[in-house]
Amino acid sequence: MTQINRLSSGGRIDRETPIRFVFNGRHYGGYRGDTLASALLANGVKVVGRSFKYGRPRGIVAAGAEEPNAIFQLGAEESTQVPNVRATQQEIFEGLVSRPTSGWPGLGFDLMGAAGKLFGRMLPPGFYYKTFMFPQSFWEVYEKYIRKAAGLGRSPRVPDADIYDHLNQHTDVLVVGAGPAGLSAALAAARTGARVILADEQAEPGGSLLYSRDLIDGEAPDRWLHNTLTELAGYEHVQVLTRATVNGYHDHNFLTIHERRSDHLSDRAPEGQARQRMHRVRAHWVVLATGAHERPLVFGHNDLPGCMLASAVSTYIRQYGVVPGRRLVLMTTNDYGYRTAFDWQDSGHEVVAVVDTRQNPEGPYQEEARARGLTLMRGCAVIEAKGGQQVTGAVIAPIDADGGRVTGATRVLACDTLASSGGWSPAVHLSCHTGSRPVWRDDIIGFVPGETVQRQLVAGAVDGTYSLAGCLREGLRAGVEAAVKAGYPSVPTAAPKVNELTEGEAMALFCVPHLKRTSRAPKQFVDFQTDVTAAAIELATREGFESIEHVKRYTAMGFGTDQGKLGNINGMAIAARSMNKTIPETGTTVFRPNYTPVTFGAIAGRHCDELFDPKRYTAMHPWHVEHGAKFEDVGQWKRPWYYPKPGETMQQALDRECRATRESIGILDASTLGKIDIQGKDAREFLGRVYTNAWAKLAVGKCRYGLMCGEDGMVFDDGVTSCLGEQHFLMTTTSGGAARVLEWLEFYHQTEWPELEVYFNTVTDHWATMSIAGPNSRKLLAELCDDIDLDRDAFRFMDWRQGTVAGVPARVFRISFTGELSFEINVQANYGLYVWEKLFEHGAKYNLTPYGTETMHILRAEKGFIIAGQDTDGAVHPYDLGMSWAVKEDKPFSFIGKRGMKRADCVREDRKQLVGLKTRNPKVVLPEGAQAVNDPNQPKPMTMLGHVTSSYYSANLGRSIAMGLIRDGFNRMGDTVYYPQTDGSVIEAEICSPIFLDPKGERQNV
Amino acid sequence: MFYIHCPYCCEYREEEEFHAKGQAHIARPADPDQCSDEEWGTYLYFRKNPRGLHHEIWVHAIGCRKFFNVTRDTQTYEIKETYKMGEQPKVTSVSDTLETEEAAQ
Repeated sequence: MTQINRLSSGGRIDRETPIRFVFNGRHYGGYRGDTLASALLANGVKVVGRSFKYGRPRGIVAAGAEEPNAIFQLGAEESTQVPNVRATQQEIFEGLVSRPTSGWPGLGFDLMGAAGKLFGRMLPPGFYYKTFMFPQSFWEVYEKYIRKAAGLGRSPRVPDADIYDHLNQHTDVLVVGAGPAGLSAALAAARTGARVILADEQAEPGGSLLYSRDLIDGEAPDRWLHNTLTELAGYEHVQVLTRATVNGYHDHNFLTIHERRSDHLSDRAPEGQARQRMHRVRAHWVVLATGAHERPLVFGHNDLPGCMLASAVSTYIRQYGVVPGRRLVLMTTNDYGYRTAFDWQDSGHEVVAVVDTRQNPEGPYQEEARARGLTLMRGCAVIEAKGGQQVTGAVIAPIDADGGRVTGATRVLACDTLASSGGWSPAVHLSCHTGSRPVWRDDIIGFVPGETVQRQLVAGAVDGTYSLAGCLREGLRAGVEAAVKAGYPSVPTAAPKVNELTEGEAMALFCVPHLKRTSRAPKQFVDFQTDVTAAAIELATREGFESIEHVKRYTAMGFGTDQGKLGNINGMAIAARSMNKTIPETGTTVFRPNYTPVTFGAIAGRHCDELFDPKRYTAMHPWHVEHGAKFEDVGQWKRPWYYPKPGETMQQALDRECRATRESIGILDASTLGKIDIQGKDAREFLGRVYTNAWAKLAVGKCRYGLMCGEDGMVFDDGVTSCLGEQHFLMTTTSGGAARVLEWLEFYHQTEWPELEVYFNTVTDHWATMSIAGPNSRKLLAELCDDIDLDRDAFRFMDWRQGTVAGVPARVFRISFTGELSFEINVQANYGLYVWEKLFEHGAKYNLTPYGTETMHILRAEKGFIIAGQDTDGAVHPYDLGMSWAVKEDKPFSFIGKRGMKRADCVREDRKQLVGLKTRNPKVVLPEGAQAVNDPNQPKPMTMLGHVTSSYYSANLGRSIAMGLIRDGFNRMGDTVYYPQTDGSVIEAEICSPIFLDPKGERQNV
Repeated sequence: MFYIHCPYCCEYREEEEFHAKGQAHIARPADPDQCSDEEWGTYLYFRKNPRGLHHEIWVHAIGCRKFFNVTRDTQTYEIKETYKMGEQPKVTSVSDTLETEEAAQ
């Protein structure tokens, strides 16, 4: 196909650089500087998609971010797929591949179009709720086809091939939008010396200047534009970002800019370059110069391809050298719209008629129209478009002065393009992002940004100033004001002189009347992307949806990826009219980030794969890897889970590790345990306040286990704390709880007891910790340590000693989480691997066996030792755990948790309590989380007694063991409880002591 | 995302360095054992949820690790002031503004 709609001259495209691209499987030609939309229009492509609900053919309507129909899927490969790209904002490049995101089963084959006609009655507003909810089981069937037919685009099925990055920036003034107002603001601010970022979503700065008919200083605006950009480029403190959409305006003047760095160059970014960049900008002051979107007029069949925004038609002609048709009918409520007829005529094509909805417009625009010999039809409107796949004519009728009804006979004019202008809606989106509600202004027939707490100024069309002279003036004012507020001296800048025609008053018209009432008239579309019609909005209000937010949700108006940029104001006005309210009374919905869709790549930046989340490794990690360990994530730590030998199942490995430890010796890498160094003369007092037990008499060289509770009396962490010196302690915490515990200590110190002299610091990573456990552990340690007396009476259980292990300075703690004779060796982390390997050198003869977290869990469960966070859940206090021995109630200070444990509910006899559980069948392992009941035959809902918290198969005991919470469990020793399973079976278990092995603790006291 | 002035570091830092710890100025009862269950329950669980001014505790978690107070408008998310532990707020109604706020920027 050739570019039949391309003008022989004009536009800002580079005719020396032709480009080939693919749309929907076909090849087309365009020029550098074209957008997908302008190139498709140049090639005479009318239908670019099918509508969401009714499957109607749709064409390009707009020329910018507000485009509702031409939403494409981009990408030549699976890894470069990008959904929801507006063809109006995507520049073409050689080899670009695009397809419609809508349009299943195909643009040409009109299945849904027919279905839309057939089933149109099935698809009233709220159709999801009304129709597809019943029968509920069918929703899955409906959903698949609705989603497929709706064309929401799709994400790639393979990882994105490109890289993306983030850039954090601070600036004095951020100017959003590089139209006449934004350029002026940036220029004025830059001249004061302020740091300025000017961001614009288009490929080229200029905004409306790129297609304007007005003159600046007696010349086309190009000269002024060029001079301004040249001056800005000369300032080191100014950044001009193009293809950079300010997508979100967040609290405290934090804005995100989505810059597309190579999307206009190729399918993939050049090697080593980020495809897109998210600028995260903290701006001292912001100038919003976001402009305005033209409102289309709502009339019958106004969605036919060929119906376009008037300003979009002008843009295509003047900026891209493309005239979208041959015969134009223009409908307008305002003088600005006349420009499109002038542009069309200047392109050498026929203007069939200018249809002005106002009764007696008179001014320079009408004079020029007459001078040009244009057919001017005043007090008239296009009430319906004619055509099947595209516009072939316009039905025109006279209407009354307030646009409420048709007053006379209709006539049909043949045309292929129907441009409409219903006035302008300021692009207030960004100002809404921080919660500011826009304010209606009757004089400009639009909402402008309302009051805000942000350091925000507005300039130009976004504030309702539509004349070029006004925009330039306001921009200069706002730019200087922003810079002065940011602390820079004022530098006056004179506004250039502008030649533009003076506009008369516009008419407020949001829905063109038809001969038939709205509900019977041909479909009058308000929101193209979600297929919401004027009739649907009226129906919603009749059904009682009075709040505009409810109307929005019920009809889905504004729910598309375009957020209803074109349709919302018309829709609100139609709702208001239907409820006999004014627009301010009805109010408006607000917009949320993002202004236009953002890729996940840009949001993620470099925070993916290895950089998504930190990984923490212990000093011995390489050894674990080398010895085939399977790993488990504990917080950010990678901990060995178990060490399978070739051919071993997990259970076989665990059985072997468990037996080896109890029979000879096992070793665990315990470096991940949280370690907090506590110093100060009040350290001991502090410990007494945050732990439930006593610390006043713990001597240097001794260790003690402690339970930490919240003020509610519930256990939240536990660990062993050792007395290193009179004013020096080392606290250990659970691996996952280390940061939380440190913050907890700081919180109480800083907010409640600042008078205590105590200091905390995390030393978790400073130490490598290896725990050797088993009957031979003393023998092994003795081979590597000759400066600590390891005699059972000299180095007792719960003592610690300073010495050297394998020649490395070490702290050795005689503590045990297995119930075996056990030593925990701590050395400076850099020596960890060395000492670990030395232990294995000497340990081979004892069958020294490395074990991981799973064996650690089994061994401790055999002894009934709890794991905070597994056997406790925030509703379990020390007495529930049978750990009253760890609570010292007569301490002078009312320690954290003491009062909480005394609440009426906490002292009840029949609380859930932690007990041991033996399954009737010793081979059956209870699933963790299973719920206990007294009577498995009780009708549902059954009375539940508590759940299994820990459950394992113990090779040492030759049976399964479990711990669980059971209501009144301490009084029910020997009772049988039942655990109904999801498959209908029931596991029977006996309540017992949770200490399954060595209840007297003889094994660790050898 | 908030921009928060840490009164200990005396600098504005991004919200990512901080986190919130709930309502401020709730003192732990001097003698918890003398509190009735209701008094203890009130201390433990009952918190204000105002629309408007709220005094809350934040911690400069990935900074100086200090806890401090923030006076924040829960409707507009404006932070009116930040002040050290043990100090009292200067802003106690929505209409109050601090002259120093502008200067601090």
